Amino acid sequence: MQIFKRTTEIDFMGKRNLAATLSVLLVLISLGSVLVRGLSLGIDFTGGTLVEVGYEQAVELSKVRGVLGEGGFGDAQVQHFGTSRDVLVRLPPQAELASAELSDRAFAALKQAQAGEATLRRVEFVGPQVGDELTEDGGLAMLYALIGILVYVALRFEYRFALGSVIALVHDVVITLGIFSLFQIEFDLTVLAAILAVIGYSLNDTIVVFDRIRENFRKMRKGSAVEIINSSLNQTLSRTLMTSLTTLLVLVALFVFGGEIIHGFAFALIIGVLVGTYSSIYVASTAVLMLGISKADLMPVVKEGAEVDAEP
Amino acid sequence: MVLVLFGLLYALPNVFDQDPSLEISGSRRATVGSATEQTVRTALDKANIAIKSTDAGDDKLLVRFNDSESQLRAKEMLETTLGGDYTQALTLSTDVPGWLQSVGALPMYLGLDLRGGIHVLIDVDMDAAVSQAMERYNGDLRTLLRDEKLRYSRVAVRDDAILVSFKEAGLRDQALDVIGNEYRDLQLEALDEGDDFLVQAKMSPSEQRAVKKFALDQNITTLRNRVNALGVSEPVIQQQGERRIVVQLPGAQDPSKLKELLGATATLEYRLEDTEHSVEDALAGRVPPGSRLYQTRDGRPILLKRRVIVTGNQITDASSGFDQRTGSPMVSVSLDSQGARRMRNVTTENVNKPMAVVFIETRKDTRLVNGQPVTRKVQVEEVISVANIIEPFGRRFQTTGLDSPEEAHDLALLLRAGALAAPIDIVEERTIGPSLGQDNIDQGFASVLIGLAVVMIFMAIYYKVFGLVANMALLLNLVFIVAVLSMLQATLTLPGIAGIVLTVGMAVDANVLIFERIREEIRNGSTPQASIFAGYEKALSTIVDANITTLIAAVVLFSFGTGPIKGFAVTLFIGILTSMFTAIVGTRAVVNLIYGGKRVARLSI
Repeated sequence: MQIFKRTTEIDFMGKRNLAATLSVLLVLISLGSVLVRGLSLGIDFTGGTLVEVGYEQAVELSKVRGVLGEGGFGDAQVQHFGTSRDVLVRLPPQAELASAELSDRAFAALKQAQAGEATLRRVEFVGPQVGDELTEDGGLAMLYALIGILVYVALRFEYRFALGSVIALVHDVVITLGIFSLFQIEFDLTVLAAILAVIGYSLNDTIVVFDRIRENFRKMRKGSAVEIINSSLNQTLSRTLMTSLTTLLVLVALFVFGGEIIHGFAFALIIGVLVGTYSSIYVASTAVLMLGISKADLMPVVKEGAEVDAEP
Repeated sequence: MVLVLFGLLYALPNVFDQDPSLEISGSRRATVGSATEQTVRTALDKANIAIKSTDAGDDKLLVRFNDSESQLRAKEMLETTLGGDYTQALTLSTDVPGWLQSVGALPMYLGLDLRGGIHVLIDVDMDAAVSQAMERYNGDLRTLLRDEKLRYSRVAVRDDAILVSFKEAGLRDQALDVIGNEYRDLQLEALDEGDDFLVQAKMSPSEQRAVKKFALDQNITTLRNRVNALGVSEPVIQQQGERRIVVQLPGAQDPSKLKELLGATATLEYRLEDTEHSVEDALAGRVPPGSRLYQTRDGRPILLKRRVIVTGNQITDASSGFDQRTGSPMVSVSLDSQGARRMRNVTTENVNKPMAVVFIETRKDTRLVNGQPVTRKVQVEEVISVANIIEPFGRRFQTTGLDSPEEAHDLALLLRAGALAAPIDIVEERTIGPSLGQDNIDQGFASVLIGLAVVMIFMAIYYKVFGLVANMALLLNLVFIVAVLSMLQATLTLPGIAGIVLTVGMAVDANVLIFERIREEIRNGSTPQASIFAGYEKALSTIVDANITTLIAAVVLFSFGTGPIKGFAVTLFIGILTSMFTAIVGTRAVVNLIYGGKRVARLSI
């Protein structure tokens, strides 16, 4: 079976202006949303307490809110988590109490919500200070990942490729963040990890395309830059789609069967893979083209590439 | 081939079950033997809790159960049956046969989010450690100057310096010499302020560092002692960063008990009672200079000598029990040599006089003051017992007068665990209940298997024979990931499982690249053999480039991530490496086996 019987001849670059407009628009919407609405940050970053409790029978949230109110936790956010027997309670950082004791008291109150056994399934408490540090470290991690990749691609290819791939990465990250912001999906540490994985994944795709562009620039005697990039994209198209498809398959499996805790993680990756696939076709290549890549720019690289090719 | 067998061998232990078990060990007064095994078996039989097996080791008894529910019920049950002389730790124990364990093949180490447990991040107040050191110097300098008969007018701590004031410049210069000789770590400076001649003493940066390091190390030791007393198997107590300590207790389920124990700073002071002065006078405000007013547990005022005989720091061991004469709960205490010498001196001189034990507990109290949270340390000082010194004693003695056996037990625990060198604050806590842990394992494995199955079916349909080869590589890759994780005993977390799932999806990428190249070559009219050759050759540098960039992301994740994120980075990293190996080398070997050395008209791709 094959998606395409022969190499396709889609004029990707012909539509690059349309794609660029779309991308710029999406990035602007995302940035706007992140700036205006902000991200719905989880307690990993804001600090606070989270208690997950499992009851023997389905429990009504109003009851849970009631007992929490009596226990002095009127500002608690209460929701079902996964099943109607599990309840997730979020408490904002509180000053009156040593925060570590908060969860103990909240659990004691939660036990009253329903007859029968209530089991403590999960407690997470993050002090505000640690939250700030995690936010800072997370931002730094993303920055360092981008710099590391920039350097590697610049060494291995050419600075324009490096810039192109980083532009594509920033594009992917911003849009993924934008979707989390637009729909106010909770953004926690695992989502941050997923976004870093998206950086790795999207780049993987971009590199494959770039590799082919470089190869074709050296191999094809005639043809403009646009034509060469176009045929490179077409040659790698079925691979790009195949890999995205298999990755999406497992991610959907993870999203459906992996349980509530992993939902945000899987969702971020699904978005990231979709956007990443699009960006490696349009954004990265368009960026390279706009930065004015030409055959001559790749000549010094030929030597390095030749060694690889010369191997038996 | 060797590598494949190797991978299988080390992945093998994970096939065996991990049973929820209880590890029962005795304390000083109780040993675990066959009698204990009998008691445990009878007690559990009576309560209708099924035991899978029991294993007697040296001084330990391992009881395995079929599920974690009976494990928990059994723990509750045995706590009452066996009593406080035994500790029972919840743990997971594996069925892996001895020959496998002997070559170092162990199952993967499950993270807390999979096995359940408590993770606590503790912040050590380093500023307090330094200011405590300053206070010590403050006292030491006074003593030194008094001993040297250098009259000072005042000793005060200002900011990060101690200021000693003198009336004459000559005295000051003498003091400068004396202090300089005695305390080489202090940075001294002579200052003139109005009529006063001052010596300014500061701690050198290197000493401040040393003080901080000591505080952290001492706290780690103390916390380790306290945690060990809880009876948890495989606790992790580690330094993280410059001022943080991570405590991880797999299988532990009562975070409130842990926090109480970690946060409490309790110590004892032994002092003589001041019987020469009247308590009434002291209550009226005329406290004699060498004494201080205290309260006993029942609120009675009592006058004690200021001079401390022995403090909690000098206690080397403490255990609870019952006084043989009165049957009341007691704590038996052992002192270090210095403490023992002082105790002997004091008790010899004061036979038949009452000696009191002061229990000092410090805890943190945060209140809102004008809308701002303010944390105060609250110190509770109580006299827990007053007893006549019946005969002189030294290294070992007993303290009675405690309310209940539990109190004696807790006190012994705190005494044994020692004092914290600097105040601590819990800044992060993550507790995962055992039921959630099991759910996470089940869901994690389900998604790995389903993801794997879907990808394999898809590959087989799309690439036919070559797809099947890629599937073999995929399975092998999974075996390798598990084997490497087991060998390194790296922690497998839920995000780690997600990492494995992601690797499964991305691992086929290398094969997709190769296969698409082969198809391309065939379309260009190359022979099947040449196409295979060219496909592998041309795809290689692309695969390496693409994977190295993902490796960069994984490394960054690892170095910045905490706990669960690290787990994701580790499996991603290992997965990328093993998948490159299996997808390139592994499939090539199999493809050569199928198509190698013969004329092939068509490739099934």
